[in-house]
Amino acid sequence: MIKVRGVDKAFGDKAVLHGIDATFEAGQVNFIIGRSGSGKSVLTKCIVGLLEVDAGDIKYAGEDFTAMSTKEREPIRRQIGMLFQGGALFDSMTVLENVEFPLRMFAEMDAEERRVRALECLKRVELEGAEGRFPAEVSGGMQKRVALARAIVGRPRYLFCDEPNSGLDPQTAIVIDNLIRDLTHEYGTTTVVISHDMNSVIEIGDNIHFLHQGRVAWRGDRKGILSSGVEELDKFVYASDLMRDIKGKLQGR
Amino acid sequence: MGLLFHIGRYFAFMAAALRRPQKGRVFAQSTLIELEAIGVQSLGIVALLSLFMGAVIAIQTAHQVGGWVPAYTIGFTVRQTMILEFAPTIIPVILSGKVGSNIASQIGTMQVTEQIDALEVMGVRSISHLVLPKLLAALVIFPFLVVIAMVLGIGAGAWICNAADLSSFADYEYGIQIDFKAFDVAYALIKTCVFALIIASVSAYHGYYTAGGAREVGRSSTKAVVYSVVLVMVANLVITQLLLT
Repeated sequence: MIKVRGVDKAFGDKAVLHGIDATFEAGQVNFIIGRSGSGKSVLTKCIVGLLEVDAGDIKYAGEDFTAMSTKEREPIRRQIGMLFQGGALFDSMTVLENVEFPLRMFAEMDAEERRVRALECLKRVELEGAEGRFPAEVSGGMQKRVALARAIVGRPRYLFCDEPNSGLDPQTAIVIDNLIRDLTHEYGTTTVVISHDMNSVIEIGDNIHFLHQGRVAWRGDRKGILSSGVEELDKFVYASDLMRDIKGKLQGR
Repeated sequence: MGLLFHIGRYFAFMAAALRRPQKGRVFAQSTLIELEAIGVQSLGIVALLSLFMGAVIAIQTAHQVGGWVPAYTIGFTVRQTMILEFAPTIIPVILSGKVGSNIASQIGTMQVTEQIDALEVMGVRSISHLVLPKLLAALVIFPFLVVIAMVLGIGAGAWICNAADLSSFADYEYGIQIDFKAFDVAYALIKTCVFALIIASVSAYHGYYTAGGAREVGRSSTKAVVYSVVLVMVANLVITQLLLT
């Protein structure tokens, strides 16, 4: 479980996060949703320690991450897998080397064990046969899947996914959503997904936080999101014709 | 931002870069890759420039002193120029353009494409992981390149003296042996090592603190070369003053 309490973050005079409180449960797919510029990415970077908070604290399984030195954070960071929006694959390494990399750095495994584990992960993201190619030689969607394979190869306790479906075709997006949900439930991972994609939220979101102007404007589950009564969330949820259609059908029942 | 800010951040960066590697085998492999990238891939340009410079110095010396000083002066001048200045200073300056810009753009691209964030989130100490192999590789390979440059330059001088009939081989051979001081080579290698550290670390520093996109990566690469060359020149003056006077 990850607990965020009273987190503030500003860049110069521009305050981005205001007193954020959030709890991300283990074994659940936790979503952070919101419009562009609402502070989702900044909040995520604060949670994983890429940015330092100005105030408040972030606790991983009760341990205060914000109070730790860089060295003290290393054991927690080794339990984190992160899928970056752009993939962030190491372009000098092949697909297989990318996926193996966290194991090479931190796992006590021989080369064959690493290879087997990495190939298993590539199979889970439906990328068998691509292991010898370089990131520049595969499509953007495939890069995303490689990045997900790299994020999960160390069986992380905490999994962060920044826009996992952006740039993916709908069929692959469903595969990725299902994989995130299955991994979360299978390993009891604390999964945090940052997304604009309402399909994903409705399909796999267990615990949802809606950010608006740097504040948590609503939290709840995927059933509650369709009738939250929060104006900004309604605008966000029902931005598409499809969602308005669903709303109409629900109201017609 | 002020000069003091950069100096402070540079030393903090170097302290982070010189931390013990987290995984010895990964570090060793990375260092081998860097040795190839920094050293082997620079051999061609170093050899080409040294051959031409050695030959040109021999021709210029013959042109300027021909007839009124002994012919062995050509060999002596080529040797001294190659050992004292061309190989240990001009070759690193040229390498700062090739190797320095490569290091800055590689690390800069990793920064703007979140590859460095990915390393940090995994718990990898990104500065040490990326920079230490480059520092070590530069420190090991630059002296080799400089010695190769010295040998090729002096050899090219001998060849052109013979081919253009500037002096006899015996005179040239006598010239490159006369008043030889081994300390000159030591001085050259000491400053080469200092220049190697400057070029690798300054370039890595500019690459690591790149923010933005492709344009900023290009700017970092340019800054890396400019600052490296200026610092190499300043260090050259200081080391020469300290060691040769």
